[in-house]
Amino acid sequence: MTKPASGVCSYTLKPRRRWLQSGAALALLPWLPAHAAAEELPQIPAMTAFLAGRKPVAARVRLTLPQLADNGQTVPMKVTVDGPFTPATRVTAVNLFSEANPVPEMAQFEFPAYVERVEVESRVRLAASQKIVAVATLADGALLASAAEVIVTIAGCMDGT
Amino acid sequence: MPDARITVPAPVPRGKPFEVRIIVRHPMETGYRTDESGKSIPRNVIRSLTCRYNGEVVFSARLSSGIAANPYLRFFVTAKESGPLAFEWVDDAGVRGSDSAAVTVA
Repeated sequence: MTKPASGVCSYTLKPRRRWLQSGAALALLPWLPAHAAAEELPQIPAMTAFLAGRKPVAARVRLTLPQLADNGQTVPMKVTVDGPFTPATRVTAVNLFSEANPVPEMAQFEFPAYVERVEVESRVRLAASQKIVAVATLADGALLASAAEVIVTIAGCMDGT
Repeated sequence: MPDARITVPAPVPRGKPFEVRIIVRHPMETGYRTDESGKSIPRNVIRSLTCRYNGEVVFSARLSSGIAANPYLRFFVTAKESGPLAFEWVDDAGVRGSDSAAVTVA
């Protein structure tokens, strides 16, 4: 800081601007969708059993959950699988797995009929802060997956009493 | 009192996916809660829910205690012909429920 203001460390000239920029970035952080943060799939035994050695591709599935859930009793969840699909490569099922719930197989949604828009919305219960994984199975056997991390303040398994 | 509320858009264009929303009145008991006397409340969740459109199964869900009470689902179905969209579900106690909505295809 004792250096004279030269081109080398010109940023010292605008500390207020830098401070404002970092502040704005921090303020935006909680609104970033949860799926932006989670890339790697967590190890869930039930999911490993379901995959049976198959490797899902981390693409085209968008699992949207709030990054911070105040109440684990009811947390909005949306899973979307991006098309385009053909009858041969349509989505047949979407499975949801939980890392920390007592029942790791949260739900399975099946699509026996062709539909070009694959999107399921529901409300889930979360026992603790954890990662949720959505695995989509295509008619040709391909697997797509995505994970989302949720921080839960009040667990969903508690009585609340 | 009806056990479910189903929402489908009024006339849906043929061949296009339309939005279906259903909310079923059900406690979705996890089996981990206890009553006032400390006795545990047995698990009772809707295990499976099936949606038929003109008799053809177009969507089904297997649910668990990981789904919130009064389960809500929103999904899409391809519009073909006008007809009923019939839901059926069954819980751990073996209680079956059903409800349906009419779909009008334009």
